[in-house]
Amino acid sequence: MRADEPPTAAPILVAESVSKSYGGVLALKGVTFSAREGLVNVLVGENGAGKSTLMKILAGSESPTSGRILLDGREVRFSSPRDAMRQGIRIIHQELSLFPNLSIAENIFLGRELRQRGGLVDFRRQRSQAGEILGRLGQVVSPDTLVGRLPIGQQQLVEIARVLAEDVRILIMDEPTSALSNPEVDVLFKVMGDLRHANVTIIYISHKLNELRRVGDYVTVLRDGELVAESEMSKTDTAWIVQQMVGRSQADLFTRSDAPAGGPVLEVTDLTVPGESGAIVDSVSLTVREGEVVGIYGLMGAGRTELMECLIGSRRASQGEIRVRGKICARATVPGHLALGLALVPEDRQRDGLVQTLSVKDNVLLSSLSSLARYWFLSPRRERSIAGKEVHELNIRVPSLDAPITALSGGNQQKVVLSRALLTRPAVLLLDEPTRGVDVGAKAEISRIMSELARSGIGILFASSELAEVRAMSDRILVMAKGHITAEFVAGRVNENELVAASASEDAMRMTS
Amino acid sequence: MSVAVGKGKRSAPREERGRWSAHAGLLLVLRGRTLIFLAILMLAFALLSPAYLSRSNLVLMTKHVSINAILAIGVTFVILGAGIDLSVGSIAGLAGMVSGGLLYEGVHLVGGDTLWFSTPVVILIGILVGAGVGAVNGLVITRLRVAPFIATLGMLYVARGMADLRSNGGTFPNLAGQSSRGDTGFSIIGVDSWLGLPVAVWIMIGVALAAILVTTRTPFGRRIFAVGGNERAAVLAGIRVDRIKIATYMISGACAALAGLLLTSELGAAYPDSGTTYELNAIAATVLGGTSLFGGKGTIVGTVMGAFVIGFLGDGLVLVGVSTFWQLVVKGGVIVFAVVMEQAQQFVQSRVTSG
Repeated sequence: MRADEPPTAAPILVAESVSKSYGGVLALKGVTFSAREGLVNVLVGENGAGKSTLMKILAGSESPTSGRILLDGREVRFSSPRDAMRQGIRIIHQELSLFPNLSIAENIFLGRELRQRGGLVDFRRQRSQAGEILGRLGQVVSPDTLVGRLPIGQQQLVEIARVLAEDVRILIMDEPTSALSNPEVDVLFKVMGDLRHANVTIIYISHKLNELRRVGDYVTVLRDGELVAESEMSKTDTAWIVQQMVGRSQADLFTRSDAPAGGPVLEVTDLTVPGESGAIVDSVSLTVREGEVVGIYGLMGAGRTELMECLIGSRRASQGEIRVRGKICARATVPGHLALGLALVPEDRQRDGLVQTLSVKDNVLLSSLSSLARYWFLSPRRERSIAGKEVHELNIRVPSLDAPITALSGGNQQKVVLSRALLTRPAVLLLDEPTRGVDVGAKAEISRIMSELARSGIGILFASSELAEVRAMSDRILVMAKGHITAEFVAGRVNENELVAASASEDAMRMTS
Repeated sequence: MSVAVGKGKRSAPREERGRWSAHAGLLLVLRGRTLIFLAILMLAFALLSPAYLSRSNLVLMTKHVSINAILAIGVTFVILGAGIDLSVGSIAGLAGMVSGGLLYEGVHLVGGDTLWFSTPVVILIGILVGAGVGAVNGLVITRLRVAPFIATLGMLYVARGMADLRSNGGTFPNLAGQSSRGDTGFSIIGVDSWLGLPVAVWIMIGVALAAILVTTRTPFGRRIFAVGGNERAAVLAGIRVDRIKIATYMISGACAALAGLLLTSELGAAYPDSGTTYELNAIAATVLGGTSLFGGKGTIVGTVMGAFVIGFLGDGLVLVGVSTFWQLVVKGGVIVFAVVMEQAQQFVQSRVTSG
C-alpha cells in the first residue's frame, strides 16, 4: 500500500474501516477508501473484489456491517439511495434505468418535472433545458425523440444527462462506457472534465484499463474484498494496475496459439444481410483455417454481431454462401449449422447465452442432449459425468453441478456457455465478444482456452471491440465498419492507430501489411 | 462472486451459521408447502367431519381430482414452455362430443350406410382431435406470431362452438353401444373400478408417471424447460423452439381430450357444455403446484398435488356444508396465497444461495 502520497485534495467522502458480510461471507474486509474532492477517483478490481458492494454502501443502497461513512468529515448514515441523493450523491448504474417509451426530455426530468403555475408539467421549459444539456453532451438530437429509438450509446448519455440536470456533488459511475463507441467515450470524458472543473467529485469504476488511465486522478485497487493499493494515477502504469488486481503481470494476460494454420474450415463468400437502411452485413467474404485464430475488430453497430448470427444460422442472409469443411450450409437454421460444425458463444450472455432457470449442468449440456440420450432417455449418471468433465476441463468454479447458473460469476458463466459450444465438437468456434463483462483473471483463462483450442485444430473466429485483446490473441485481424470488411492485417504487424482508422472508414480499403 | 452453500459455512461465525440453517429449514418448509398444506387441509376436515377420511370418501375425492389433474398435467407442459392454454376446457367438451357422436350415431356415409368404430378406436379418435386442436394452437402461436393468451382464448370459443355444432347444441344421451358393432364398454374408463380404485384414477396415475418421465428424463423435456427459461438462448443452443412449443400444445390438447372422454364416460352422455371453465381449475392446480407462469420452472408432481389440494378442498367444503359461494371465495384466496408463498420461497432461496 502506498500510504505516503501527498494529499493534493481533501477527502470529501470517506468509508472508514468498512466491512460487509452477506450470509457469513465477507465481501468487504475493513476497507478505508477516500474520495478526494473535485477529482476523478478510479476504483478497479476483478469481479467479486468488492467494488460494487463498496459503491452500494457509498450510494446508500446497502449499509455496512461495521465501519462508518464520513461526509465532509462528519459521520453519516444513509437509510436509502434517496437519502444519499439528498446529500448530493448520485450513482449511474451499468444497467440503464431509462423509459424507452418516453422522450429524452421526459426521461431527464422524470420524478421531478418542471411545473407551470397550475401544477401542470411545463413541457416547453423541460424541452429547452433538455436541449441545452444535450448540447453540452455534444448530441444533435431532438429532446422529443423517444429514448427507445436511440442507439444504446446515446441512451447511456441520456442517463448521464439526467444526472447533469440536477445538483450533484459526488457522482458514482459504474462502467459507464461499456456500451459507448469511441467518439461517445470522448464526449463523456469531456463532460467529466467539465464536472471536475465545477468541483464535482467523481468515483469511476471500469474494467477498461487504458480508459481509466485517461481520466483518473487517483486509483484504488480492491482484491478479494481488501484494499490492496492506492496511488496517484500519474505514478502508475497499466501493468502495475493489472498486477495489483490479479497479483500477476499483463504479459501473461493474453495468449496467442502460434499454431500452424491448416486448410480452410470456414469459407464465407459475399454474405449480405439486408437491414432497414442499407445492408447490415455487406458482401462479406472471409476464410478461417484449421488452427487459426481470426479476430474481427469493429465498433458497436459495425455488423459484427449480425455476421455472427448469420454464421450460426439464426439470421437469414439475402445472398452469399457459407461453407464449413467444404460443405455448403443450405438452410439457415441453428441446428443445421451446428451439425455442420459451427458453434457460437453469443455476445450478450444473459440475453442469448444462459437459461437462467436451469442448473449449471443443464446449461452445459443444452446443445448436446440428443447425443446424450439412449432410447429417448437421458441417464443422470452419464449427464453428470460428461458435464462434470467439461466443468473440470475449463476450470469452471461452481458450488455444485446442480447449482443455479445465476450463482456463478460472469467469467464462470461465460465458460459455461463456452463449454456448451465445445460439447458439440465444432470445427469452427465463433465467439462474439468472448471476454465482455468478465474480470481480468477470467479474461486470461478464456484467452488461454482459445489458444489451446486452436492448437487442437479448431478454427476460431472472434469479434471484439477491445484493441488490446484483438491484437494479442489473433493470428489475423479483419476490421469491420458499416457492414463491410475494410481491412485485413497479419497480427504482430499492426498498430492500434491503423486498426482504429480502418474501423472508422466506410470504404473497403484493403490494407495488407 | 459465486459462493458454495456448503463450503461457506466453514469460515462463518457461529451466529451466522445458526441463521443460515434457519433459512435452510424455512426453505425446506416452503419447498414442501403444497404437501404440507394438503396434510393440514385433510387434518382440519377430518376433525370437522369424521366421514372425510373414510375410505369411500377418499376414493371418491381422488376420482374427482383425476379429471382436473389430467387437464393440469397437460397445461403444465405448456406453462413450462412459457405459454398458456385457455382452450383445454373447450377441447375436453369437443372431444367428448366427437367420441360421443361416434358411439351414438356413428358416421353416416354417402350411400346411406353408417360406419361404426370399436370403442378403443373411438377413444383414440377423441384424443387425436384434442392433439389436432392443440397443434392448431401451436401453429397459430409459432407461425402467425399470435400471443398464446389470445390464440388459445380464441380457441376456447372456436372449440366450444364446434362442440355445439356437432349436435346442434343437443346431447348424445346413450353411449352404451352395441356388442354387434363392437363399441360397448365406453363406461369402463369413467365408471368402473380396478383393484379397488376407479379406472380414471389409474389413468391419472399412468399419465402422471409418463409426464414425470418425459419432463425429467428426456431431451424433449429438458428442451421445454430451456424454451420457457430463455427462448433466445434456446434458439442459439440449437433447439427447434417452434417444434417444442407446438408439441407442448399438442400434449395439452391430448390430455384435455382424455379428460373430456373420462367426464363423458362418467356421465354416460355427451353434452356440448361439459368442461366449461375447467381451464381455470387446471391453471390454478398448476400454479398451486409451484409452476412459474413465466415458464422454465415447475414439476408435474407439484401440479398433481395442486390438483389434489383444489379437489380435496372443494369436496371438504361441500362435506362440512359450506355454501358454494363461500367455496369460490376460499378457492380464490388459496390460489393467490400459493403465489405469495412462491415469492417467499424465491426470496429465501436467493438469501441462502447468493449469500
